[in-house]
Amino acid sequence: MKIFEVLNMYGVKTEELDAFTSRREAFRKLTNIGKNVAFAAIPTAIFAASIQKASAAHIPTVLGVLNFALTLEFLEAEYYTTGINTPGLIPGGRDSAVFATIEKHEVDHVAFLIKVIESYGGTPVAKPTFDFTVGGAFSPFTDYQQFLALAQAFEDTGVRAYKGQAGNLIEENGVLTAALQIHSVEARHASEVRRLRGLKGWITQAERGMGMPEATQAVYDGEDNLIQGGVNVTTVTPIGSDGITESFDEPLTTDEVLTIAGLFIVPSES
Amino acid sequence: MSQTKQSKAENSTEIQYNGNRRDFLKFGGATLAATGLIMAGCQEVSDFLPNGRQAPLASDQRAVPLGKGDIGVLNYAYTLEQLEAAFYLAVVANPYSGISEEEMTIMEDLRNHEVAHRDFLKAALGKDAIIDLTFDLSSVDFNDRASVLSTAKTFEDLGVAAYNGAGQLLVSADLLLIAGKIVSVEARHAAAIRSIFDADFTSFAGSDVVDDVNGLDRAFSPAQVLEAASPFIVNKIIANQLPTS
Repeated sequence: MKIFEVLNMYGVKTEELDAFTSRREAFRKLTNIGKNVAFAAIPTAIFAASIQKASAAHIPTVLGVLNFALTLEFLEAEYYTTGINTPGLIPGGRDSAVFATIEKHEVDHVAFLIKVIESYGGTPVAKPTFDFTVGGAFSPFTDYQQFLALAQAFEDTGVRAYKGQAGNLIEENGVLTAALQIHSVEARHASEVRRLRGLKGWITQAERGMGMPEATQAVYDGEDNLIQGGVNVTTVTPIGSDGITESFDEPLTTDEVLTIAGLFIVPSES
Repeated sequence: MSQTKQSKAENSTEIQYNGNRRDFLKFGGATLAATGLIMAGCQEVSDFLPNGRQAPLASDQRAVPLGKGDIGVLNYAYTLEQLEAAFYLAVVANPYSGISEEEMTIMEDLRNHEVAHRDFLKAALGKDAIIDLTFDLSSVDFNDRASVLSTAKTFEDLGVAAYNGAGQLLVSADLLLIAGKIVSVEARHAAAIRSIFDADFTSFAGSDVVDDVNGLDRAFSPAQVLEAASPFIVNKIIANQLPTS
């Protein structure tokens, strides 16, 4: 699969992360890469900090995360672009306005991530070939309820995926902040798509929610975690466990995300 | 995850202030002597003059230093979560007239979430937690739907921008992850409040909060956030020891 080739190329595996960490001091130097980044919407103070903290040793890790994110954004962008261009699929009014908004953001995220990757001297991954029917198992572009269900799965996955990568960006403030700024947009999308489906905007326990295909359960596994930072939250608040699990969104690892997203990616021929 | 920002020498568990007035005075005096700049924003400096005969200040009159390093950032988050929790507790205790069933459920959920965030942060901070703050919500008409929901929208959007801006201030990757777990819930709230309150169907991720070019949400500095929140907070919040990067 192309996505695995990308990860091998850019190295987001944890053992390689450790190697970068140990070599960090030896390779530490200021670079002028940051000044080329097109952070149009990033506050000046954050932008300046990103220049100061730019350091060659961790850049391959950062590029790996950015290409991983780009792959997910390619998936989302193509999904929504196909959806809004399929006549008769999305009802007018609220639904149509919501998905036009989401589609624009995902297309913008693709372009933004490509700009950032190139500004760091990286090579953006090629857009994979997607099959949103998963070999015919789904029909999201002829069945609007399925379109909504997969949209929910993609958005809730996106939130968990970005969250899981934040720690890998901790050395590169500008990129970390930008990733967080995408992350919260994905969460806004997730909330609204869930609400369009008649669900709450937040995730209770590890419930995928009414009408979601069983195949999407991996998107929600682990969301019932009650231990945060070593604190069993049930012991420090009167709020019940449903409310606690809703209060904290959980991350997914790279491999967990790839297992989910990989369902929709057509393996490359090579 | 145990990765940390090696480039920061500060030990994140070490803080300069723990609410001790003498410590604060020592710091405040040095800064005043050096720059003279803090006075304008710290009209209650005299409150910190050591005076053994003076009765302890009421909690709402106490200036509250957040501390520095990761502790300071967590106390900053704890400040906002205390504010949000106080707001939704008041909303649920006294729902606005004509509140729908769906809206009541959302208000109760948001109360639960913000109370859980508040209580978790207090427990995580332990002895380093700031005091229970005193809030002034008198500008909110709790009987008026538009007043309540517009305030909720302000708080949720502000919370999103605050956590987005604070992520880069944290040294600990573990704390960064926890902040990430909370911020996406705040963003889910913001979208839901906008969805029920604003007539514009695109408001859940509207162009007033998500930029039109790159599709990025807002990220605010603590100074920006605390300025926006200050009308609601009675205590003077001292944030000048927070990290800046």
